[in-house]
Amino acid sequence: MAHFTKATSVHDWLNQRLGIDTVRRVMATEYWIPKNINFLWAMGMVLAITFGLLLVSGIFLLMYYQPNVATAFDSVNYTIMREVEFGWLWRHIHGVAASVVFLIIYIHMFTGIYYGSYKKGREMIWISGMLLFVAFSAEAFSGYMLPWGQMSYWAGMVITNLFAGGSLHADGLVEWIRGDYVPAQAFLNRFFMLHVLLIPLAILGLIGLHFGALRIPHVNNQDGEEIDFEAEAAKYKAGDKKGSKVIAFVNDFMSKDMMVVGFYLIFFFYLVFFHYDFAMDPVNFDPANGLKTPAHIYPEWYFLWSYEILRPFSTDIGLIAFAFAQVIFVLLPFLDRSPNTVPASRRGLFKYWFWAMLVDMIVLTAMGKLPPEGIFSTIGLYAALTFIGLWIILPFITKSEKKA
Amino acid sequence: MKDISRRGFMGKAFGAVAGVGAVASLYAMKKSWDPLPSVKAAGFTTLDMSDYKDNELVTEKWRGKPIFVLKQNAEMVETAKKNPKDMERLIKVGESYYMICVGLCTHLGCIPGYNPEEKSFLCACHGGMYDATALVTKAPPPRGLDIPPFKIDGTKMVLGEEGPEYKKMLESGVTLKV
Repeated sequence: MAHFTKATSVHDWLNQRLGIDTVRRVMATEYWIPKNINFLWAMGMVLAITFGLLLVSGIFLLMYYQPNVATAFDSVNYTIMREVEFGWLWRHIHGVAASVVFLIIYIHMFTGIYYGSYKKGREMIWISGMLLFVAFSAEAFSGYMLPWGQMSYWAGMVITNLFAGGSLHADGLVEWIRGDYVPAQAFLNRFFMLHVLLIPLAILGLIGLHFGALRIPHVNNQDGEEIDFEAEAAKYKAGDKKGSKVIAFVNDFMSKDMMVVGFYLIFFFYLVFFHYDFAMDPVNFDPANGLKTPAHIYPEWYFLWSYEILRPFSTDIGLIAFAFAQVIFVLLPFLDRSPNTVPASRRGLFKYWFWAMLVDMIVLTAMGKLPPEGIFSTIGLYAALTFIGLWIILPFITKSEKKA
Repeated sequence: MKDISRRGFMGKAFGAVAGVGAVASLYAMKKSWDPLPSVKAAGFTTLDMSDYKDNELVTEKWRGKPIFVLKQNAEMVETAKKNPKDMERLIKVGESYYMICVGLCTHLGCIPGYNPEEKSFLCACHGGMYDATALVTKAPPPRGLDIPPFKIDGTKMVLGEEGPEYKKMLESGVTLKV
């Protein structure tokens, strides 16, 4: 048994039992971050804060929401919005955060792609990040079911039908997922469970893995420079803070991180108070009706690009293209054959690949929102083919890339 | 050595117990997600076929799904007769022909809308189109709208029961089982 002495303070008492000084050192004051970074490196913290906002607002919504097909719609649109004091605040925070979290995820992702932060030992950071993207997508979808409006119902119908696998015609699987022939009580109840328990648990676990994966390779920097963290940390600890290439996570980096978070929160609450409507589809303010499809069914903006990859093709090819789009980003560290870990601007053809991919995804997003007719159908088709083509050529253009 | 083999045995014994438990609980979990008996037993819908008017789409409900009933007028029957695939899909009750199908697009399950002037269905979700017998005329839907199990009973029609006309349709591949 360890030897305990009479504590000299509360801090000492806790330190003897929990080693709080060691925890603080390992997690914060001696966790090293490169100096050569910019505001885009704050997106991780912005995401963590947004997840916190979702969790807190979700807890309050959970106290009044009723997962029942007869009462769900009113429990949201009447009870929470009109009766509960500040109920509107929790709902608008939850709705806006669910939308904005994807904007930040995309920025975070494309920052990683631009700076090559998925290579040289950082592969697990990328993979765990993409798993988080999948988990957040499932969380967003299951949450979208809960108000039980027209868009909830029909998005639920369309998305669960994807599991029939086109010509495989696996209707049994679809009915198993729904617990009914159509989305109904069993469906609403189980997606409620997924939204408030199972998927959040998975997200928490994955966040732990994502942070853990960062520990050994450390955060990348603006030049993709390989930093000897131990040597630089020693310099910092010896007092040469100016000469060292690294700073401590707390307080040095954190103070800048929270500055960005501050700007973000002003933007975020501006949306919550004045522009919450962008995250609230008007069609979903009609109660679910299984006998009437809305004129246009489209997903929330953050799913539009992958929806547009599904849409221009016949069922089976569309499903294959859709499945391809869902998984292909995970494979990025293995499809990029170049050993260069530098910004895309210094990487020859990859520079054009990066911007072409970004623009193509924006085009897909825009076309996904427009009705599938005439010129929009054609543009959508070519944008979908471009997306697939870009991934096919990636290994070839990166293989021939010169050493930077 | 003796200790190690004893530990090895204990490990394997635990593995066996845990394996049986894991498989059994997965089975229970799968079954718990199945549709409930009360859902499955959701009854039969009976339609009175004399209620319908020519070229007027009526949406009925069977097992929570919309069912399209479209009585064909003389002109529509003439058009259908030109294409045997169209004719196979029509159901004759008395002297009239009816198109009866599940009103969910075979692409991803939206409800197509009917245009009585053009005598065609358009699915707004992904732009699929069907003719008046619900046969596909424009992709992405892979096939015409599915026909629910039916049994003709005089001028009445029972949805959910499989009559001889329906069985024939299944055999010849006019529709898939829903």
